[in-house]
Amino acid sequence: MSELNQQTATISSPAMKTPLQEFWYYFSQNSGAVAGLIFIIIISITAIFADVIAPHSPIEQYRDALLMPPAWVEGGSWRYLLGTDDVGRDMLSRLMHGARLSLMIGTLVVTLSLGFGVVLGLIAGFYRGVVEVIIMRCVDIMLAMPSLLLAIAIVAILGPSVFNAAMAITIVSLPHYVRLTRASTMAELNKDYVIASKVVGARPLRLMFITILPNCLAPLIVQATLGFSTAILDMAALGFLGMGAQPPTPEWGSMLASALQFVQRAWWVVTFPGLFILLTVLAFNLMGDGLRDALDPKLKD
Amino acid sequence: MSLLEVKNLTVEFGSNNNPFRAVDSISYSVNEGEVVGIVGESGSGKSVSSLSIMGLIGYPGRVSADELCFNGKDLLALSEKERRAITGADIAMIFQEPMSSLNPCYTVEFQISEALKIHQGGSKKWRRERCIELLEMVGIPDAKNRLKIYPHQLSGGMSQRVMIAMAIACDPKLLIADEPTTALDVTIQAQIVDLLIDLQQQKNMGLILITHDLALVAEVAHRVLVMYAGQIVETGLADEIFTHPQHPYTQALLNSLPESAHGKERLDALGGVVPGAFDRPTGCMLSPRCPYANEKCQQPPPILGEPGRQVKCFTPLDKTGKPQ
Repeated sequence: MSELNQQTATISSPAMKTPLQEFWYYFSQNSGAVAGLIFIIIISITAIFADVIAPHSPIEQYRDALLMPPAWVEGGSWRYLLGTDDVGRDMLSRLMHGARLSLMIGTLVVTLSLGFGVVLGLIAGFYRGVVEVIIMRCVDIMLAMPSLLLAIAIVAILGPSVFNAAMAITIVSLPHYVRLTRASTMAELNKDYVIASKVVGARPLRLMFITILPNCLAPLIVQATLGFSTAILDMAALGFLGMGAQPPTPEWGSMLASALQFVQRAWWVVTFPGLFILLTVLAFNLMGDGLRDALDPKLKD
Repeated sequence: MSLLEVKNLTVEFGSNNNPFRAVDSISYSVNEGEVVGIVGESGSGKSVSSLSIMGLIGYPGRVSADELCFNGKDLLALSEKERRAITGADIAMIFQEPMSSLNPCYTVEFQISEALKIHQGGSKKWRRERCIELLEMVGIPDAKNRLKIYPHQLSGGMSQRVMIAMAIACDPKLLIADEPTTALDVTIQAQIVDLLIDLQQQKNMGLILITHDLALVAEVAHRVLVMYAGQIVETGLADEIFTHPQHPYTQALLNSLPESAHGKERLDALGGVVPGAFDRPTGCMLSPRCPYANEKCQQPPPILGEPGRQVKCFTPLDKTGKPQ
């Protein structure tokens, strides 16, 4: 008998995974997502410690080294690892400081649009009726306009600056979150546990934010990571069009724009900012993909 | 005075001109410590009638009643806030699907103490102790260590036990169990029913047991209401109804039990389905399916019998099971 007990004890010994461990198990199955995560961590550290890591100031102009090529190319100098731009500013330092701006904008835009989007979507999905019609038709109108054009129009009204560009991108990306939240709210609203909570006597606010919202989070987290990359891309586009960060602020999009005339003579001035935009956006998309796999129970086997 | 008094409760869906009556002027009452069974096939309005008592029928449904009194208070006259104070504390409900009735995002403790927090307050420590007490009451072993587990770690029977613990958390006077055992396998069904009846007797609660399991009702209910197409077609003490059904529908329900097909080649079945919104007959709702129907049945049937034993039929069946 005691032998039998011991046996059952050893069989049941593998501990239950906590939700976090389980999430990590599924997430780490996707190597692309892990690569994306690692790149994002590296770029975040670079952005946070840009002041310490960057070899030069991003706005200091070295007049003796205009359009100097990267270090490994003939004529390059190890002083300026990725070369310099047309007024002699160090490319690497500018890219590092630009990462700070891009990530900050991404965070700001995603936080704001997620916050407002979730609240509006929850209200629309929960109350239905007239409230829903008003919110959703406004969202439809916003979706009917090309998003970049709408962002440009908003910046043109508010005036070009980093903050205004961020506001414009926030407004433009709001509709996606509203729709997503409303759809999941409506799906969850009819489940028995919501009715059970109602029976217990929960007020509408409690039902919305404590009972329903946590169950809608999985698609929202995925959308938010993907929205991060869209925000970075839109910011670069606005910067490229001169609607975002103003010189001499180092920003990837405006770096591209100001170097455009030298694209024939000095490939590095456009290649590196473009490459950074590409890699960062790709990393966020890969990570978003992995998050969806890990968070969506329907895709798990 | 009875605990719950329902008079001419009607629930309508659809447009005002052409409403669909999911529940059609039903009247009944539940006393303290009484088990009332509501039986009927799918679509007969059992669940809708109980949801309307809980105030859970939202737009586009409309609830009306001459009287909907709980413990002397008219539920329909109360404000939403006052009503919330009653539901959950004094009237509680258990649902059909235990697996989806618990919020997958929260621990068992959080969900049980939600009702306590809303209605009784108290310190966090008190609520935790009460949770353990409740879990032990519904027969969950090692309750202390089960507080922190999530619904996906529970089996169906365990989930239903947790649901019952949630329902009785505030010592309700009336418990509505909406097909509490339908989603469970047979051995667990018996355990859950035993548990419910045990708790009901301990706390002297009124219990409304909605089910299509006739054997269950026969065993535990004091009184039985038989519903068909939104109407109560027969009421009476459980014994009377099961030994001498007076309505052809009740008789057909009982005949369709496997037990009554002993020695026969096929089970008896009542042809057809419950009429939906667009194919409701005039007069008696059962007339298209009733083996005893005649021309008279095109008129709305009267309610015959004295209070406590009523039947909605022109020609109630006598003790031999034939129309009078």
